[in-house]
Amino acid sequence: MMTTTALWRNQIIIGLALVNMAIGILSISTISTPAHAITAEEMLANPELEERARNLSKQLRCLVCQNQSIDDSDADLARDLRREVRSQISAGTSDDAIIDQLRAKYGDYVLLNPPLDQATLFLWLAPLGFILLGGAIVVMARRQRGAAIANELDAAERARIEKMLASRDSENGPKT
Amino acid sequence: MIAELGHFALITAFILSLAQGVLPLFGAARGNSAVMLIAPAAAISVALAVAFSFGALVWGFITSDFSLALVANHSHSTKPMIYKISGTWGNHEGSLLLWILILAIYGGVMALGGSAMPMALKARILAVQGLVTTGFLAFSLFTSNPFLRLATVPLDGKGLNPILQDPGLAIHPPMLYLGYVGLSMAFAFAVAALITGEVDRLWAKWMRPWIMAAWCALTCGIALGSWWAYYELGWGGWWFWDPVENASLMPWLAATALLHSAIVVEKRGQLKSWTVLLAIMAFSLSLVGTFIVRSGLLTSVHSFASDPARGVFVLAILLFAVGIPLALYAWRGPQLVTTADFTLTSREGGLIANNMLLVVATAIVLLGTFYPLGLEMVTGARITVGPPYFDATFNPVMALLMVFMAIGPVMAWRRGQTARLRPVLICAAAGAGIVALAVSSFAFGFGIGPLAALGLIGWLGAGIGADIWQQLKPNGTASFGARAKRIPNDVIGMWVAHFGIVIFMLGAVGDNLFNSEHVVRAKPGDVIKIADRNVTFTGVKQVEGPNYQALAAQLEYRDKDGTLFALLTPEKRVYNAERQTTTEAAIRPTLRGDDYAVLGDGDSKIGYTLRLYYKPLVSWIWGGAVIMALGGLIAAFGRQRAATKPANPQQNPASALSAPDGGA
Repeated sequence: MMTTTALWRNQIIIGLALVNMAIGILSISTISTPAHAITAEEMLANPELEERARNLSKQLRCLVCQNQSIDDSDADLARDLRREVRSQISAGTSDDAIIDQLRAKYGDYVLLNPPLDQATLFLWLAPLGFILLGGAIVVMARRQRGAAIANELDAAERARIEKMLASRDSENGPKT
Repeated sequence: MIAELGHFALITAFILSLAQGVLPLFGAARGNSAVMLIAPAAAISVALAVAFSFGALVWGFITSDFSLALVANHSHSTKPMIYKISGTWGNHEGSLLLWILILAIYGGVMALGGSAMPMALKARILAVQGLVTTGFLAFSLFTSNPFLRLATVPLDGKGLNPILQDPGLAIHPPMLYLGYVGLSMAFAFAVAALITGEVDRLWAKWMRPWIMAAWCALTCGIALGSWWAYYELGWGGWWFWDPVENASLMPWLAATALLHSAIVVEKRGQLKSWTVLLAIMAFSLSLVGTFIVRSGLLTSVHSFASDPARGVFVLAILLFAVGIPLALYAWRGPQLVTTADFTLTSREGGLIANNMLLVVATAIVLLGTFYPLGLEMVTGARITVGPPYFDATFNPVMALLMVFMAIGPVMAWRRGQTARLRPVLICAAAGAGIVALAVSSFAFGFGIGPLAALGLIGWLGAGIGADIWQQLKPNGTASFGARAKRIPNDVIGMWVAHFGIVIFMLGAVGDNLFNSEHVVRAKPGDVIKIADRNVTFTGVKQVEGPNYQALAAQLEYRDKDGTLFALLTPEKRVYNAERQTTTEAAIRPTLRGDDYAVLGDGDSKIGYTLRLYYKPLVSWIWGGAVIMALGGLIAAFGRQRAATKPANPQQNPASALSAPDGGA
């Protein structure tokens, strides 16, 4: 009996040991990276403007990459877009205006946050719909349940039955 | 020669698994036990044949047999041995064979165990498992044969993508597949139940360990993938809402729902029909995940080279694996519907809320992943659904789930409240308020999202704590130890797993709110400030790796008092065989936070770009996932009543380690 538990306990210990080893190895070793993004020169001197640039960059897709924002990518196009965003910010353009410009130039594809319009209406409304639908199903099931519970006996009925059973028991009593 | 034997073993496995898939079904239908007994024998034989085949392929990689096309394309003689071995599954054909191996091993383990189960049920489960295995073996043999030879043998291989040459990625796919494929067992249980139209509480009891095993492996697999992305992709993020990540998250969400609904079937004999449907859905989503990755339909930073013909084959498997069970479900499902005998304010009600929210979350991920594809096919418009969408839709659903997570476990089965409910609710609410207030009072300017997350951490943490106290608090005669022993292991496992979520959330919020970053162009001798550390860049060194050359920056980390506490050496590597350059993050993980450094472009004259991060609590993200998986293991495989184990789940690993008889 004990062996199965002990076995599992050992598995866990071995697992933990492996994780520990992995952590140990990783904490001293260095790990490979395909690329990385922004360089110091690109950054704006004004930290407030730079902060805006970073936030904007995180919302813009690197068009030639696979699911990376321009902030994360080191592709040339991403670098160009980062420069574009920063020069616009330095020129005093608002965030919304920059987004509108890039959207006009590259289409909605460039936006990691899909804008709400006819094409994305379903995308944005569906999550709410899922919740409502799920809630509705549960509530409907509850209504059925209400019926089921109504089928159960109430206190008065129960008392009557117990009385009947008791009288029957007393009739049959001597036999058992 | 060994490769040919491997190929032969694979064909043998195909024929055997076909027998495993077909014959026992007839045997079970006729009540012929001799035919039913083919199932376990065939399952074990298939597992052995596939294991031999896989071994043959690994041998090809170990010996760098470049006459094999797969080895020539994905390996290199100078690669370190561990990456030669892991290179076996660092490509489509090999990883498919690994997938099949795990599928066959699950079947073999099922064949060896399950002696308490009715013979017909076991035969049917193994048959369904056999049919799934047959489908994938056909996939491998007909479209992705790993044993193809080359007419002219190259002098050396093309090498493995350097970013895949990594210890994390060596173990990530096997772990993930253990989870993906483990869900096939739940699927087999569900289909077997649909064939007979019978589901009882024992069925759920037998199925649950398989779900739990798959869930634990999937949890660890996803965490490993996220961890890999964190250190490997070099910009310090750990989740990108990438299609491949979503592909692993969807089965995980469905499996999480499944393991909770299976509890209701086991304890109360309710939700049978729903649980069967969920089991089919969970495995289908695993297949969808495979389909996404293999077909190249959706682009991703994680995927291998893809081939449309393979995508079509996986799609065919998917249609069979979803279509036939759903048809069965339409026929048999109504038989399984039970009249609910509980109110919504009960344990069942809490678990239904859990299932509803998890399924909604799954649907959101599914929608967000496939919407751009569907829209482009219908209207031609190209859009991107990125992290902001999921933050706005997925996160609130999970937040709601966490609200229920503190309440559900303290409700009684069937109807209503327990004496524990009120104190736990009060503690949880107080915890939520205190954490949110305390943090927002010393650091203003958090968004509503992080504040809600902090509140939820307090809510759930205090809720779990109050529940544990309620169950352990002195109540007259019994000693502390006696009270602790009375708590079943599945309750302890539940506490541990839910507590893992608190830890995970702390990591996620800590990293999100307090992460600091510094990008500079630095020359040797420069001092850079990051968080409360002073980092001295002393220069770069040439480093010779086993199959690469590297430039390593030397970064001395000093704390406020000027004490040197770490030397980090982020690298830029050039891999000789692959002629690829990679940059290498250097990470010093601690419980308080990770120091994370990346070396960018530059030279000694203009200086080097350095990207330094300090990421508070970030390793708690993966620690939380490991704790969750640990909770799953305790719940699934611990004894129903803990007779000898300490009650405090925190002490479990430690005390187990110190037990000298652990090896018995």
